[in-house]
Amino acid sequence: MESRPPVEDWAIDFDHFDPQWTENPYLLWNDLRQRCPVATSQRFQDGAYFATRYDDVREIACDAEHFSSRRVIVRERKLPLIFSPPITSDPPEHKPARKLLLPAFAPKEIAKLEDRARAICRSLLDAIGDSPTCDGAGDYARQIPVRVIAHMLGVSEDNGDLFRDWIYRILSEGVSNPAAAMGAMQEQDAFFKEQVELRRKQPGDDLVSFLINAELDGKPLSEPHILGTLRLLMIAGIDSIWSGIGSSIWHLATHPEDRKRLVADPGLLPTAIEEFLRAYSPVTMAREVVKEKTLSGCPFQPGGQVLLSFPAANRDPSKFAEADRVLIDRAENPHVAFGLGRHRCLGSNLARMEMTVAVDEWLKRFPDFHETPGKKTTWSEGTVRGPRSMPLTINR
Amino acid sequence: MRKVMRVAIATDRCQGHNRCCLVAPELFEADDEGNAHVHGDGIVPAGLEAKARLAVANCPEQAVRLTSG
Repeated sequence: MESRPPVEDWAIDFDHFDPQWTENPYLLWNDLRQRCPVATSQRFQDGAYFATRYDDVREIACDAEHFSSRRVIVRERKLPLIFSPPITSDPPEHKPARKLLLPAFAPKEIAKLEDRARAICRSLLDAIGDSPTCDGAGDYARQIPVRVIAHMLGVSEDNGDLFRDWIYRILSEGVSNPAAAMGAMQEQDAFFKEQVELRRKQPGDDLVSFLINAELDGKPLSEPHILGTLRLLMIAGIDSIWSGIGSSIWHLATHPEDRKRLVADPGLLPTAIEEFLRAYSPVTMAREVVKEKTLSGCPFQPGGQVLLSFPAANRDPSKFAEADRVLIDRAENPHVAFGLGRHRCLGSNLARMEMTVAVDEWLKRFPDFHETPGKKTTWSEGTVRGPRSMPLTINR
Repeated sequence: MRKVMRVAIATDRCQGHNRCCLVAPELFEADDEGNAHVHGDGIVPAGLEAKARLAVANCPEQAVRLTSG
């Protein structure tokens, strides 16, 4: 992103692309939660809102009458409406479009992918080998989900750079440059059109074939529906998960007591992963106001873009005791990293599996590691937060 | 006599977060769409009361219900 005007007052001029937010948003959110608690901004077309309280986030996420899913990314300039069912769908279209996908992402189907995910992690760890340092993001976290989703789509796992480029143009560059986002989506559609043609001739055990065979109201899906859903699966299944993996490893690199504890007690890993999901939730969603509504004293005006921050909800001390402390044995943790209500993240079981496998394999290979002194982890800005580069030193 | 504890899923609230199935697999299972159901009649066997309470506490949708009597 190019340089941006500095934020004077976060309450009325918030910017989730500002370097201060990118570096450490949690203090900003705590301040806003106490004094607003809904921040606003005119940096984004037709105005934007940012709710910081758990209760308000829940209300917005579950209220499709006032808050539509037709725009799920807050942008400086709005794009034409994009059809990526079911994430961009509202009732009544949402439920059937989601239902047809659920079986492919249920726990028992995702469990079948675990062996492949472990093999991917091990090959990346083999490539790091005996090197005393590495980039925990670029060499590991950012490599895993792109290969898993390629495997699920039945396309070559060597497409990683192409997929990462599309996602960057849609989610980051495209926030201020609509042409970049639209161009990437057109390239995605061309890519998937070819895949759909190939699979019609030669079906496989993959998501493209699954969608070709899927039915809505007793009829096959239209081509725009298939392409829209494939675009969604690729975008949603990649940088969200690499951010979750990267943040987990970053926490362990910077908190040696937690790292040692997990190495000694791997049974704690599932609980720790849920806590990493809460404390470092990668994904912020969005809604568009379609009918005026007042929440916590703030009137939401139609047309406004709502930053739906599940990460901020997960740091609300009125919902989570010691919300800013990362407790890897937190037993009671009803976090909303995967959203709330009808749009609960379709890929939550996939994300949880990849995060667990990736951290497990890493700790087995490299039980002793830390952030390289004098070097800094950098974080991705905007809608999905996670380490972009993470200089690590591995002790042997 | 020990009171009978039961768990139930409010199916209109469950969105398939799968948390109950992970903290208490003895009590809950996910169906083919990933939504949670209780095993059998939902009676919590002796010794699993704490897990039943954890399932309630970890559900983001407040879909897991506990009754005793």
